[in-house]
Amino acid sequence: MRYLLSHLDDAWALTVIHLRLSLIPIVLGLLIAVPLGALIQRTTTLRRLTTITASIIFTIPSLALFVVLPLIIPTRILDEANVIVALTLYTTALLVRAVPEALDAVPEPVRDAATAVGYKPLVRMLKVELPLSIPVLIASLRVVAVTNISMVSVGSVIGIGGLGTWFTEGYQSDKSDQIIAGIIAIFVLAIVIDTLIMFGGRLLTPWTRASRIGRPKVKAAA
Amino acid sequence: MNFLQQALSYIFTAANWGGPAGLAARIAEHLQYTVVAVLVSVLVAVPIGMLIGHTGRGTFLVVTGVNALRALPTLGVLLLGVLLWGLGLVPPTVALMLLGIPPLLAGTYAGIANVDRAVVDAARSMGMTESRVLLRVEVPNAMPLILGGLRTATLQIVATATVAAYASLGGLGRYLIDGIKVRQFYLALVGALMVTALALILDAALAFAVWASVPGTGRLRRMPQPLLGDEVVLESGSRSQRTSVARYEGGDPSLTVGG
Repeated sequence: MRYLLSHLDDAWALTVIHLRLSLIPIVLGLLIAVPLGALIQRTTTLRRLTTITASIIFTIPSLALFVVLPLIIPTRILDEANVIVALTLYTTALLVRAVPEALDAVPEPVRDAATAVGYKPLVRMLKVELPLSIPVLIASLRVVAVTNISMVSVGSVIGIGGLGTWFTEGYQSDKSDQIIAGIIAIFVLAIVIDTLIMFGGRLLTPWTRASRIGRPKVKAAA
Repeated sequence: MNFLQQALSYIFTAANWGGPAGLAARIAEHLQYTVVAVLVSVLVAVPIGMLIGHTGRGTFLVVTGVNALRALPTLGVLLLGVLLWGLGLVPPTVALMLLGIPPLLAGTYAGIANVDRAVVDAARSMGMTESRVLLRVEVPNAMPLILGGLRTATLQIVATATVAAYASLGGLGRYLIDGIKVRQFYLALVGALMVTALALILDAALAFAVWASVPGTGRLRRMPQPLLGDEVVLESGSRSQRTSVARYEGGDPSLTVGG
């Protein structure tokens, strides 16, 4: 704890790197997975194929992927870009399965109603189905975000920055204080990001709270 | 792709498999860490998940606990453990448990809690005691989800056991870390390939176990494919009850696995 308080400047600099490495993949993953997931939701074969591919990608250990990527794509071997690409792959693999599932959770009558009032498929997807699938999507996003933040620290083993460097430095100089500081910093970071995403989800879906208040009345009327 | 050829020829040379630092010994070490960590995770997570799923009390505890455990960085806990307790089985087991417990807890809890209420009531009305309801009715019905959790836990543990090598604990991570240290990247690739192969084999075996555990006759229709799906179901289910109810009214318990 003392280490953390006496190295706040370091902590801040490392946190910025750590956030960059863990959050850019989430944004990229969302940009790939949401359109892809929406496209494959209705096509059983494509959906199954995507699921299988995603499962296989997910099976590759992160440390292995950090090392193997430079052999496949033109990046240098200990480059930050490897971590970003690797985590983007994991994020996409998880979200591309979560997006169709989130869309499945949209009730059929709502979809039909939207079609009935004249929404074309694309507009219906953007204005009705995707917004309604946000609660389920947010749940996956929270898992991904926390997992990524923890995974970036593994990168320090092969010399990639972020708060994980406190683990390797602390271990090499036999300072458990520094390692504890790193654990606390990453834990807090993960919880903060998790909470932010949760509140972001609530802000985007004001109707979920309204319906929760309204539900008992509906039941009483029925 | 020159690295790949070198790595493959390394793997397919018999001389590299024997000895105390050969591939076979490294695989055995890696499996040892994995199996011990998975077993301890099961011993901790499954009873708690069964209890909370059966009584319906403490759901909040599962959701927060799962989130908090996942937020703890494995590498930090591992290295701290080595500094505190020295080399041995304890540090990697404790560190890897952090990865194993969340999916197992979430899977067990969600499995038990999603068993058809009518089935549970029927068991009770036939005079089964609470412990029998849990062990004879709820657990068999929840088995696909529990094993799904086991599958996710094993996958994450076998992949992450790689970092044990950083603390001089052996395992397949040795190749990765030594390879990078001495700039022999083909050696790192050997480690990466072996870990991936091991993970794929274990995952396929457990996927088969999940498939075989689906009760009733519906199992031929689908193959399960859980990743972190069970945890997502748990978290979204606690917030919007509608989805999990819709899934469970669908009548096929394996749906909740995340397929």
